[in-house]
Order: sequence, then C-alpha cells, then structure tokens
Amino acid sequence: MSDNNSRRNFLSWLTGLGSLAFLGSIIYPAYKFLVPPESGEANVSQVKLPFTRSEIEGEEKKAKTFKFGRTLGLIVLTGEGELKAMSATCTHLDCTVQHRPDLGIIWCSCHNGRYDLDGKNISGPPPKPLELYIVNEIKGEIFVSKETA
Amino acid sequence: MNGAQNNLIKKGYQWLDDRLHINSLVEYMSSKAVPQHSHSIFYYLGGITLFLFIVQVITGILLLMYYRPGADSAYESVKFIVSEVSFGWLIRAIHSWSANLMVLAAFLHMFTVFFTRAYRKPREMTWYTGMGLLALSMTFGFSGYLLPWNELAFFATRVGTGMAGAMPVIGDYLMVIMRGGEEVTGATIGRFFGLHVAILPLLTTGLLTLHMIFIQRQGMSEPMNWAGKKQEDKKYMKFFPNFIYRDALVWLVALNILALLAVIFPDGIGVVHWPLGIKADPFAAPPAVIRPEWYFMFAFQALKMLPAHIWFLEGELFGIIVFGLGGLIWMLIPLLDRRANENKRSPMIMAFGTFVVLFMVVMTIVGYLVE
Amino acid sequence: MIKFILIFIGLLLFSINGFGSDNNCMSCHLDLEDEGGSASKFAKDIHSQKGLGCADCHGGDPTLDDMDDVRDSKGFRGVPNHLEVPDFCARCHSDAAYMHDHNPSMPVDQLAKYKTSIHGQRLFSAKDKKVANCVSCHSVHEIGDGQMPYSSTHPSNLPATCAKCHSDKDYMTEYKIPTDQFEKYSSSVHGLALLERGDLGAPACNDCHGNHGAAPPGVSSLAAVCGVCHALEAELFEKSPHADAFLENDFPMCETCHSNHAIFKLSDNMIGTTESALCTECHAADDGTIGLPTADSILTSLNNLVMAHLDAKQSLDEAILKGMMTTNEEFLLKEVDQSLIQARTLIHSFNMDSVAPKAMEGIAKADTVMVNSAGLIDEYYFRRKGLAVASLVITFLAFMLYRKIRKIEQK
Ligand code: HEM
Ligand code: FES
Repeated sequence: MSDNNSRRNFLSWLTGLGSLAFLGSIIYPAYKFLVPPESGEANVSQVKLPFTRSEIEGEEKKAKTFKFGRTLGLIVLTGEGELKAMSATCTHLDCTVQHRPDLGIIWCSCHNGRYDLDGKNISGPPPKPLELYIVNEIKGEIFVSKETA
Repeated sequence: MNGAQNNLIKKGYQWLDDRLHINSLVEYMSSKAVPQHSHSIFYYLGGITLFLFIVQVITGILLLMYYRPGADSAYESVKFIVSEVSFGWLIRAIHSWSANLMVLAAFLHMFTVFFTRAYRKPREMTWYTGMGLLALSMTFGFSGYLLPWNELAFFATRVGTGMAGAMPVIGDYLMVIMRGGEEVTGATIGRFFGLHVAILPLLTTGLLTLHMIFIQRQGMSEPMNWAGKKQEDKKYMKFFPNFIYRDALVWLVALNILALLAVIFPDGIGVVHWPLGIKADPFAAPPAVIRPEWYFMFAFQALKMLPAHIWFLEGELFGIIVFGLGGLIWMLIPLLDRRANENKRSPMIMAFGTFVVLFMVVMTIVGYLVE
Repeated sequence: MIKFILIFIGLLLFSINGFGSDNNCMSCHLDLEDEGGSASKFAKDIHSQKGLGCADCHGGDPTLDDMDDVRDSKGFRGVPNHLEVPDFCARCHSDAAYMHDHNPSMPVDQLAKYKTSIHGQRLFSAKDKKVANCVSCHSVHEIGDGQMPYSSTHPSNLPATCAKCHSDKDYMTEYKIPTDQFEKYSSSVHGLALLERGDLGAPACNDCHGNHGAAPPGVSSLAAVCGVCHALEAELFEKSPHADAFLENDFPMCETCHSNHAIFKLSDNMIGTTESALCTECHAADDGTIGLPTADSILTSLNNLVMAHLDAKQSLDEAILKGMMTTNEEFLLKEVDQSLIQARTLIHSFNMDSVAPKAMEGIAKADTVMVNSAGLIDEYYFRRKGLAVASLVITFLAFMLYRKIRKIEQK
C-alpha cells in the first residue's frame, strides 16, 4: 500500500513537472519572439548607413559600399561634396563597380565599363544605368532610400 | 494526487465558488451527457477546430508585433520575422499550418454533421452559425494569404479577386471594394489586413460564442437510429469530466502534430506550402502555375473547365451562379430535409451530400493534376 | 454620260500606272527579275527612311515614264561597277555640307579611312574586284545603321557579314590568309557572349580590327586594343616585368597567352609550373629568372582562394537545402566571388606579392560564410532537438491524461 502510494506520489510529481515543462516550451519561444532582435525593425526601402560622411571622406576612393536589402550599394562623395548613392552591381556582368575620383566617374574594372556619377552608363559594355538611390543626411546620419514611384 | 497539491487546489476552488458559485456550473456540466456510439469520434472535430482557432489567435497576435502592412513593408517585415526574430520562423510556420488544418477540420466537422444529420430540429441555428464560421475561416485564409506580399500570394489573389469580379451585377463593384482599386496593390494589403486582424476575428468570436451557447444548451445530438431504442440500450458519457478530459487529450495530440509539422516543414509541404520566395512585383510576368489555396481548388478548377459560353451566359458567370445556388441549398439543408425531423431516411439529401463531396474531391485532384 | 465614264476610267488607269507621280522607277524595276528584287527591299533601307529616292543615288529624271528616256535624262548615273562603288557612295558621304543637312553627327571620313585599309588599297591600286567595297558589307538596298537589328552591320550580324568572304576558302585562296577566324571566334568567349548570349558589349570583328580602316592590330598595339575593355589587365601588364620582355622578343602581348580569335574560357591551370601551364613554354627552372617561383606562389594563393570559395559555397548550399534563411551569407559569398575575380585580374602584374593579399581578403570572407553557415546548420539541428523535447513532454502529458481518463471510467 505504501509502495503504491509513493509510486502515485512520484507520478503526480512528474505530471506537475511535465506541466511546467509544457508551459515552458510554449512560453519560452513566445518570450524569445517578443524580445526585439538586434537589428530592431524590418528594413524597408530605406537604410541607415553604418558610417558617416567623414568616414567616406577618409577613404582613398571617396566611396564606400553598403548593404541594401539583397543588393550592394555604393555611396560616393563627389568633388562638389555631394553624396550620391547607387547600386554597386555593374549592369553588364555583375562585377562590383567603384568610384574613380580621378576621372569623376563610376568605373567597372571588369570590362572598363563607365558610368557618370548619376549612374548613367557612358561607355563600355554596360547596357543600362545603375539604379540611383536617394540620399538624405539628417543630423550627421546618412539615410539611403529607393525611389518610390 | 499529492496531499499538499490537492489541498491548494481545493482551497482555490472553494475561494472561487464562494464568489462565483461555479459549483452550479460544474453540476450543470456533469449532468450533461454525451452519447457513446460508433461515430462518437466525430464529436471531437468541432473541438479541434476551436483549438486551432485559439492557436491562430495567439500566433496571429504574436505576428502582429512585427508585421507591417504596406506594399513596401509587408514582404520585408515577414522576411524579418522569419530570418531575424528568434522563433519567428516557428510562429509563422504554426500560424500557416494551423490555418490550413483549421479549414480542414472545419470542413470535416461540417461533413460529419451533415451525414449524421445533426442539423435537424432543434439544432438548425447551430448549423447556420457553423456555416458562417466555415465561410469566415475560408475568408481568413484568403485574406491572410496575401499578407506576406510575395509573388505566389500576389498572383493568386489577383486571380481570386478577379473571379469574384465575374459575379453578376455586383461583380465589378465587389472587386473594386476588395482590391481597394482596379488592381491588386498596396491598397489591397491594407484592406486584407484590416479584414484579417480586426473584422474577421470580431465576427468569428461573435458567431463562435453563439455556436457554443447553442451546443451547451442543447447538448450533443443523438444518432438517428437511437430514436426507437430503449433508454437502457443507449450509452452515455458524462460531459464533465470525462468528455472534457478526452477533449484535452485530443488537443494535446493536435498540438504535438502541429509542432512536428511546423518544425519539420516550416514552409509547408507538397501543394500546401507557403515559401516566402521573392517579393511581389506587379509588373513581372506571372509564374507558370498560379494556384489558389487548396480549399478553393475545386471551385477554381471547375470554373476553369467550363466552356466559354453556356446558353446565353458566360461560362464563368454560369459557374458562379451554380456555386451560389449550391451553397444556398447547402446552407438551407435544415429547411429542405423535412423528413429528418420525422426520423425518416432522406436518400435524396444524402445523395446530394455524396455528390458534393465527390465533386469537391475529384475537382481538387483534377486541379492539381492538370497543371 | 458614257463619255464621262470612259474618261473617268481612263484617268483611273493612268493614275494606277503612275501617271503624275514623281517616282516612276518602281513601276518597272519592281518587275525586273535580273535585279533579284533589290528594288523591293529598298523600303527598309535607311536612305529610304530618310526620304531619299532612287534618283538621289542613281540620277536621272524619275518622273519620266519610259526607261530609255530616263537613261538619257540629266545626271543619270545608272549602276556603278565594283570599282566605282566607293566614289559612288562618297559623292554624298564625303560631302560634309550635304551630310550635315541630313545627319550632322555622322562622320564623313569613311572613304579616306577605306583608302588606308587593305580592302581599299587593293581596290584602288590593284583594281582588285574581289575585295570588299561599301556594299559588300552594308548591302545594296537594305542598308541600315549599326543599331537596326536587320542591318548587316549590327553587332550580332557583323561577324557573319565578314565571314561571307573571309570564311570562304576558295574565294580567299589567292590572298593566302587563314579562313577559320569566324569558326574560332564563334566558339570563343567573345563569340559566345555576343552571338549566343546577345551581350552587345562583347566585341565583334570591327571592335578590334576597325571597320572602314580595317587592318589587323599590330603587335605593339594589341594591349591597347584589348585594353579598351580589359583596362585593368592591360594596365597591370604594362607595369609587369613581362612588358619589356614581350616587346624585345616580338611577342604580341595578350595574344601570346590568350590567342586571338579563339580566346578560350580561362582556367587557373594556365598559370603554374606544370607542363600544361603556359608559363613553362618560356620559363624553365634554371632560366635565371624568378618566373617559375612567382608562378608557383600566385597559383598557390589562387588555389587557396578557390578552395575556400568552394567550401564556403558547399556549406552555404547545405544550409539553404535545410531551409534556413541565408540572405546575409549569400550576400557575403558574392563578395568572395568579387575577390576571386580581382585576384585573377591581379595575375597580370606577374608579381609575387600582388595576388596573395587579395586572396587572403577573399579567404577571410569565405571563412565567415563557412562559420555562419555552420551556425545555421547547427541551428537546424537545435530546432529538431527542441522539437523532440517539447514533443516528448506533450506525449508524456497526453499519456498521463489518458491514464486519468481510464481511471475515472473504471469507477
Ligand atoms: C485573431 C486572429 C488572427 C490574427 C490576429 C491573425 C494575424 C495574422 C497576421 C499578422 C498574418 C501575417 C503574417 C504572416 O503572413 O505570417 C497572418 C497570416 C495568415 N493568417 Fe492569420 N490571423 C488570425 C487568424 C487566422 C485564421 C483563423 C486563419 C485561417 C483560418 C488565418 C490564416 C492566415 C494565413 C493563411 C496567413 C498567411 C500565412 C503566411 O503565408 O505567412 N489567420 N495572420
Ligand atoms: S561587368 Fe562591368 S563592364 Fe563587364
């Protein structure tokens, strides 16, 4: 009888533990879900660049690449001190383009494709312009967004 | 039960009973009985549907924390949920699996009710509210499908709303109202979102409450062939605690299955799948196969197979009228099946039901085979 | 009344016959079989589109009804023979003032350039009637500018246009030059890009040989010709130790390693110290240069990067296959692709230390991809384990509930 009793006690103790584990396996994911991830919020059609104008200025090529959704972007500081951003993927065969401050152009080294600073293809194989993005500087932070038609 | 535990539960119960008199409620529930027979298992289907709805509400509310409607944020936010938010993939997978299973459970529930003819007097109103709930679940699914704003969803919604546009007289207006314009755009997401997270939950909760009150008042229907039986030949089980415990067991099993499916097939499987894929692009060429969700497949396929013209009507219009009439007849079955109230067989009604089931099954299979 | 009707019918017949129109040429020339229907093609000719008619080239008075009268009329030039064609076209095309009225941006030096080309030299000095003149390439009455898809000088049609003569063995025998250029070109990287993929940026014949002034690029100008597109490679090469050595030995720059028409798809095996590598065609271990050690070190760096890229791609593919979200890693792998392209470009410096840093950069990124993908794969198994635990707990509870139900129902 007492044997039976301790067995029953053990089982009900186990059931209690199981119920707790059950609640845990529901509450834990839900709680983790509610903890905001590092990146804060879904990036939509705008990104805040993780660097400042002076860092671009410090670059030898006066330009930096950045991630924009699934694509790579290029932001350049023109001779006039203007910031321009565009897709960094050459429209010819997908090489990454670079700023050539010496020539005042965007240059693709793969086949000498050239674009002007507005992303327009001006010579060489590229068949299309680079997509140009909109740049906004607010209190020292740089925001890049896609044109919304 | 462990003594201390037992004591605590007893005290808590006592405390509540002092204030709310739940004892009478428990007594009422224990006095209710659920018939026991070879088809008793059907009584759990409604419960499963209810369970899945509760899962939908909980996971839906969680998704709402990060989801952002709009043409240039919907896709991005769902992608964010599944790639960055911890367990986001799980919540989305459960919400999607549970959505599909809920529609499936609701359909099964309805057909078992139909073939056991449980809609007969006095349960006509339960049938009507149930039909409303099924329609609401399908609308839930249809509106939720668009929310991720991916390629699959976009084109399916364009075709789906286009079909609604073929309805007589109101078609054009209805389509514009549904789409929030002539085309499926960001405006459509706004509408579908509002429908999906505010209007439908509200209506569903209301109808569901009625549905449950009716069931509690009337109890489970007894099988038709019990009518002539002697009382001692009928077997029953107490609603409380026996049936409730069994219900809980079924829910646990359902939850387990749901968890397995969501983890092993987070994007669904076979023809029931919802990979996020690429963002919707209204100007892109539509993908080779545009499919509605599986529970619209039979209607989609039947409309597709109709000839361009039937008599003086457009084929599609004809199909919609026939479906509308069919749905109305189905809805009004308690009125049409007069013989049920007299405990007589109604071969016509059963033949009609069998035809509908066969039609839906065959059309669904054909729909997946022909493409 | 009948009179009126007759007059009316008469007038009708006359007008059908072209009576009163200012260009009667077509009424006869459309039917002349020995002209092969060339008159009928003229509608899509650029000259026709610009509003020029038959008489603007061929002279004569097009309003006349009778062929013989036309032949005798003022300014009739008729059909030029093969040797006359260049001057026939140049009457307008070398007239800057005339061209300015029609297309001010069009050059007027085609004839001058043509005279410098092998084609032009042979035509004018040797009176060679087999070499190409204007119409050999531009067609007679279907002339289009190079942008029009039907035009024989559109980039995608141009190789075939040149090949009409240059691939014809019998036709070319007396000139003693090869006739396999088109065949080689078609299977080369350039030919495949232009003719199969439709990449209009890829070079056709004229991009290297020029068009009106057609001539093969000389040994010394080759780097400049290829460098039009492959600028970085050319620049690196000019600064490399090979630049002088090639010049001294009269080796054509790019062609020595890459060939000319048949430029094959590149392979990393071209560099190195094995027999299949191109380096060993000139260099030997004891040739007193650092050629082979350099080749060896470049190849090692490159191979390391290639391997790292491959490994990264494999583990990434596994993570993708397991259904994990891998956008960031796919992104990073693209950067590794870029490093690989750049490292391969840097080979042209033929400098021991140029490729290594770029390769290291790429390898570092590839390693990140590997680590992250491995993390994602771990995450995949973590999910399964978590599921197993949760599922076990639920199953246990379900079992206990089942026991409970059995117990109350036994009572
Ligand atoms: C109060 C109840 C509900 C709320 C608050 C809610 C909320 C949401 C939200 C925010 C989404 C978008 C996120 C996503 O796409 O994963 C969504 C998607 C969806 N919902 Fe609901 N939902 C509820 C109930 C339901 C019900 C009852 C059903 C079906 C019977 C349903 C079916 C769907 C479907 C099919 C999707 C698309 C899933 C996907 O492809 O991701 N929802 N829901
Ligand atoms: S890839 Fe940029 S020019 Fe070819």
